[in-house]
Amino acid sequence: MSPFPRRRRPAYGSVGLCSGRALPLAVSCVLFSGNAAFAQSGTSIFAPAATPARSIFDLSMLVLGVTLAIFLIVGGLLLYALIRYRSRPEHSDREPAQIYGSNQIELSWTVIPILIVVTLFLSTTRVILGTQAIPKPDTAMNVTVIGHQFWWEYRYPSLGVVTANELHIPTSDPAHPTPTYLTMSSADTDHSFWVPRLAGKTDVIPNQINTMWIDPEQPGLYLGQCAQYCGAQHAKMLLRVYAQSPGEFSAWIEQQRQPAVQDFAGNPVAAEGQAVFMHNACINCHAIVGTVATGRFGPDLTHLASRDTIASGAFQNTPRNLRQWIDNPNSMKPGSLMPAMHLNDHDLDVITAYLTQLR
Amino acid sequence: MSTTYAVEGIDGTPATQQSRPPLNVVFEWLTTVDHKKIGLMYITYALIFLVIGGVQAVLMRIQLAVSNNHFVSPQVFNRLFTMHGTTMIFFVAMPIVFGWGNYLVPLMIGARDMAFPRLNAFSFWISAFAGLLLYFSYVGASGLYAAGSAPDVGWFAYAPLTARVFSPGHSTDYWTLAVFLSGIGSIGTCLNFATTIISMRCKGMKMSKMPLLVWLYLVMSGLVFVTISPLTAAQIMLTMDRYLGSHFFDTQAGGSAVLWMHFFWIFGHPEVYVLILPSFAIINEVVPVFSRKAIFGYPTMVAASVGIGFISTSVWAHHMFSVGMGAAANTFFVFATMVISVPTGMKIFNWLATIWGGKVIFATPMLFCIGFLFQFLIAGLTGIMLGSAPFDWQLTNSYFVVAHFHYVIVGGILFAVFAAFYYWYPKVTGRMLSETLGKWHFWLFVIGFHLTFDFMHIPGILGMPRRIYTYEASRGWDGLNMIVGIGTVFQAVGILVFVYNMVHSYFKGKEAGPDPWDAWTLEWSTSSPPPDYNFAVLPAVKSRRPLWDLKHPEDPDSDYE
Repeated sequence: MSPFPRRRRPAYGSVGLCSGRALPLAVSCVLFSGNAAFAQSGTSIFAPAATPARSIFDLSMLVLGVTLAIFLIVGGLLLYALIRYRSRPEHSDREPAQIYGSNQIELSWTVIPILIVVTLFLSTTRVILGTQAIPKPDTAMNVTVIGHQFWWEYRYPSLGVVTANELHIPTSDPAHPTPTYLTMSSADTDHSFWVPRLAGKTDVIPNQINTMWIDPEQPGLYLGQCAQYCGAQHAKMLLRVYAQSPGEFSAWIEQQRQPAVQDFAGNPVAAEGQAVFMHNACINCHAIVGTVATGRFGPDLTHLASRDTIASGAFQNTPRNLRQWIDNPNSMKPGSLMPAMHLNDHDLDVITAYLTQLR
Repeated sequence: MSTTYAVEGIDGTPATQQSRPPLNVVFEWLTTVDHKKIGLMYITYALIFLVIGGVQAVLMRIQLAVSNNHFVSPQVFNRLFTMHGTTMIFFVAMPIVFGWGNYLVPLMIGARDMAFPRLNAFSFWISAFAGLLLYFSYVGASGLYAAGSAPDVGWFAYAPLTARVFSPGHSTDYWTLAVFLSGIGSIGTCLNFATTIISMRCKGMKMSKMPLLVWLYLVMSGLVFVTISPLTAAQIMLTMDRYLGSHFFDTQAGGSAVLWMHFFWIFGHPEVYVLILPSFAIINEVVPVFSRKAIFGYPTMVAASVGIGFISTSVWAHHMFSVGMGAAANTFFVFATMVISVPTGMKIFNWLATIWGGKVIFATPMLFCIGFLFQFLIAGLTGIMLGSAPFDWQLTNSYFVVAHFHYVIVGGILFAVFAAFYYWYPKVTGRMLSETLGKWHFWLFVIGFHLTFDFMHIPGILGMPRRIYTYEASRGWDGLNMIVGIGTVFQAVGILVFVYNMVHSYFKGKEAGPDPWDAWTLEWSTSSPPPDYNFAVLPAVKSRRPLWDLKHPEDPDSDYE
């Protein structure tokens, strides 16, 4: 059996609780008549766009339905008891009848919760196994994710590509699934990879390898951010996942495999910027393939200009932002580990001109 | 109702008050080994820290009220949530439940003091010192960013962020030592509770005749022994990592970050029950008195409490569903977590059955209990959502989980503690708290609580992680965080009314007499406040409600138990 079934929604009917999507739908209507608000947010867990997030969504509707029913019944009884049995002035001073307990009643409200618990446990186990314990298909693509304070490194080991902060993956057609498997670890402290529309969190932990998979069907940009406190700039360690059609993805890979632009004929400013870059401490932390810059402490800059954002998604990748970032990263992201290099205005201008050419 | 009981074995004479020089009074409090004074010191100490932790919460909510706010720097924000969490758990919630336990347990079991009065004083003072030590870090620690900085590693201080390479300076050491010392105080106090409850009950009070509050403090004490020990061990291991070159949690030298998580959460989850069991204890005493009925299903309540105690030690890794434990371990902890909702549900049903058929009096203590019942029900249900591991993969470490545990700790524990204040304040001071101010306090706090914590669930569902100092406007979290912030204002005003009520009523409150609520347990048989050593003649009891038996000799409980 394919681990990525064509029928994308697991059927809870087989657990004997509800058939197909009737209950989830009913619950979403009752609970979230303002469902539009949830769908509008780019990071809503209730707007799933890949199989792991969708199976969680379906499970969550079941759990929400059951808990809502419990709340209405128990809360309603409580409210009724408080109103019905309130003390009234016309009451005599006599105490009410003292009742010390009832084995039958107490047994019933022990057994019924046990039945509910078993049901929820079985439905939950089904989703755990369907996400964590299914074999990886041969068509899967592998990406290595390395968490850093406070940015993401992505490596495509079989494709020879290293990039940062913007993860590109192919979309997955349910008929011919091409899920992306993420193999994750951290270079420093704990992080957590959370793109709510694609999947739940998986922690990114040093000295430990974790895996997860995602398979968005629709091309698009899926947002998220680090979800495990990792230090000063945990808040601006954002995640951007670009799902692309297989053709676009291949083109992107092809472009990323090129070594960095070296020929700046007709652009002496960029050429000077390259020289300044290569003679400064920039190269200790940053790599630009094809040059002497081979540092791995900071993001790979080989194709920096092809990215939409800088500083792990915190700012748009404009020359102005880039220049300010190089001048003083802490003015934009206090606590960032990149030091201010104290460059003069001329050097800042030429380095910015150089980096904007690295497409 | 009568004010004194001319019944053999029950002493209702008021304590004599002599006027003494103020310095003598201070000296007496500093050196006291009296369980009531120590209890009150615990409570006062916790209330001071409650205000400090509350101010930290308000500062954080101002920062988060709108997107891209610059009210505090990220470094300050990170210290605020670390100190807020550590303060509220170790220096507010624990001391306040210990304080009420210290005050009430000997009175309720007809004893003259705790079993080890001097250990009791030691436990209080070591805990008090721990709190001061934690806050001394603001001036004394050379921290990550500058001299004078509080810990900023989060209240669960995940490795390896606490390693010296990521947390240079001493702020983390202040955190470690404070938690370590407060743990010693907790173990001392609980040793005292357990010994007192087991060996100092009055004549006739078999285990099966103890008030439920006493039972719950016994279970809570057992949990403290089991859970504080790994936490203490982990603090020692962390300090060894930081200063003696060991590598327990040092991932760069082959240590395990996940090991710390296990150590912390095998403390951290039962800790929730360490705090909520005493809250159940308070509800168990207050709800029957204001429903005018005996507690429904006493043996079930005891069994459920003991059951919760045992099960709660095997659920800890539900805090770790996203760390990559694998399907088998995740499945086990889902099961254990969901099973604990059965005994918890039994308690809620039994409280419901206690109210059913009673004559409910809506005095302030009961109002807070009613708030507790609804809010704890909701907290339990969101707990089931989080217990469902895949759902948890989305919700953990988001604002949903922050809302969930504040529902437990504020909506559950704090509401129960407020009920305790309104219920036992007359016993402690001899004067009633103002009912009018009490109702203002209740309604302000209920409105504030629900504005803050109901709306806090939604940003979590919309993808907002906890512990972020700011966020982008485009995420759509703005309006929700503003509502959450506005709620804190209502809560803060509610607390001010409460503090004013306590001070004002101490001097101007109505005289309470020994038994203002027409209650049934032994503490109400003493004068208000109770005399030194509580009972001139040790009482003897025949049932769980000795004062019911006294007041209703024609129909005593002892005939039915």
